[in-house]
Amino acid sequence: MAVFEAKNIQKSFGKTEVLKGVSFEIEKGEVLCVIGSSGSGKTTLLRCVNFLETPDKGQFFLNGNLLFDASDKTAKTDAEIRQKRLHFGLVFQSFNLFPQYTALQNVSLAPLLLAKERPDYKENKNRIKEEILQHSSELLVKVGLSDKMGNYPCQISGGQQQRVAIARALALKPDMLCFDEPTSALDPEITVEVLSVMKELAAEDMTMLVVTHEMGFAREVSDKVIFMDDGIIAEQGNAEAVFGNPKSKRLQEFLSVMK
Amino acid sequence: MGFWEVTLSLLGGLEYTCLIFALTLVLALPLGLVIAFGSMSKFKPLAYVVKTFVWIIRGVPLMLQVIIFFYVPGFLLGTPILSRFASVIAAFVINYACYFSEIYRGGIESIPRGQYEAGQVLGMTKTQVFFKVILMQVVKRILAPMSNEVITLVKDTALARVIMIVEVIQAAQNFAGYGLMWPLFYTAVFYLAFVGILTILFGYFEKKLDYYKI
Repeated sequence: MAVFEAKNIQKSFGKTEVLKGVSFEIEKGEVLCVIGSSGSGKTTLLRCVNFLETPDKGQFFLNGNLLFDASDKTAKTDAEIRQKRLHFGLVFQSFNLFPQYTALQNVSLAPLLLAKERPDYKENKNRIKEEILQHSSELLVKVGLSDKMGNYPCQISGGQQQRVAIARALALKPDMLCFDEPTSALDPEITVEVLSVMKELAAEDMTMLVVTHEMGFAREVSDKVIFMDDGIIAEQGNAEAVFGNPKSKRLQEFLSVMK
Repeated sequence: MGFWEVTLSLLGGLEYTCLIFALTLVLALPLGLVIAFGSMSKFKPLAYVVKTFVWIIRGVPLMLQVIIFFYVPGFLLGTPILSRFASVIAAFVINYACYFSEIYRGGIESIPRGQYEAGQVLGMTKTQVFFKVILMQVVKRILAPMSNEVITLVKDTALARVIMIVEVIQAAQNFAGYGLMWPLFYTAVFYLAFVGILTILFGYFEKKLDYYKI
């Protein structure tokens, strides 16, 4: 059964239709890469999945259960949306680390805040805090930043910042991790270090939805690739089919330019 | 009248100067944040009302506002409801809160959307995002314009004498009646010392926040 399923997602900004009915599903442990030219709706799709935008139409399912239905017009409270968001992590193109916090604080901030809502927080305050800090530093070790935990974002490179951002997104143990062009703001040399962390996650069967312009990465790591064009999924399939044997003319053009 | 006598008298005036300064700061800083949120409200009628209010307060001389706060309630109700000192504080707090609100607004709006979104996708509430993520960055950004405004406040306290509050300048002016002009010039020393301390303080805060860049 699919971990996550999007059904007929539509989204317009004013009169511009950005998503014109997008459906896809991701199995547990799969890596789904979304490729396509700028303005094709990739990023909007990702923002919809993370509830940063609200789709006009369509549904999301999580583990087969309805998570979101655009036709349900009853007002959602912030708390409800917050609960839904917690199923997903998002890594931004521009990192968006919190500049006033160290790497470790960036990773542990949200889990510490969330822990305060636990009913047993008051009794076990110190133990819970310790566990969270322990887990956060483990995540930073995992992304190769054991020596940068006390550094502020302005003191580390872009690639290191993005790896902190990945650790931060993992800290809440999401069901699926989303990436929005995670290496577009990095130079090619540094891109490699971020991609290798992502490959490692993929190898550990993290479910990942990746919007990317890194065709090499998409081809190597994806279980499934979606090619988006003008708000629809123009072509999809496994990496070999999409990259090795593109059917639509649009995809052929896109791939020839990207090479 | 000797130097010490004058100095003591001016120090008496300085007490009011400091009181007006401190009370205005303590009350106007939080009130300014409330006004800033009002002017940024998504509920447009509220935003317009608040913006109009800010326009009026910033558009009228503070000296006139002090006079209005002291005399107008008396004219309308037949009896003054605010003491001299309370009128000064009310006028100063509202006036400075409006200026602060615009500084806050500029600071808040200059924080990139990505900071809010990063907080949101990490499951933080709006309040948590503001207080844990945004506010410290805003403070860093507005420190310089705030120091300007706070230094102006020191000198604006002299306006209180328009309704006969005996602050430093008025205390000095009282000597003019005895033909002594130099106490008036001497007050500059008090202001310079006051502003000097503030300048050092703001420099210290700036250094304190130097450990990160936005």
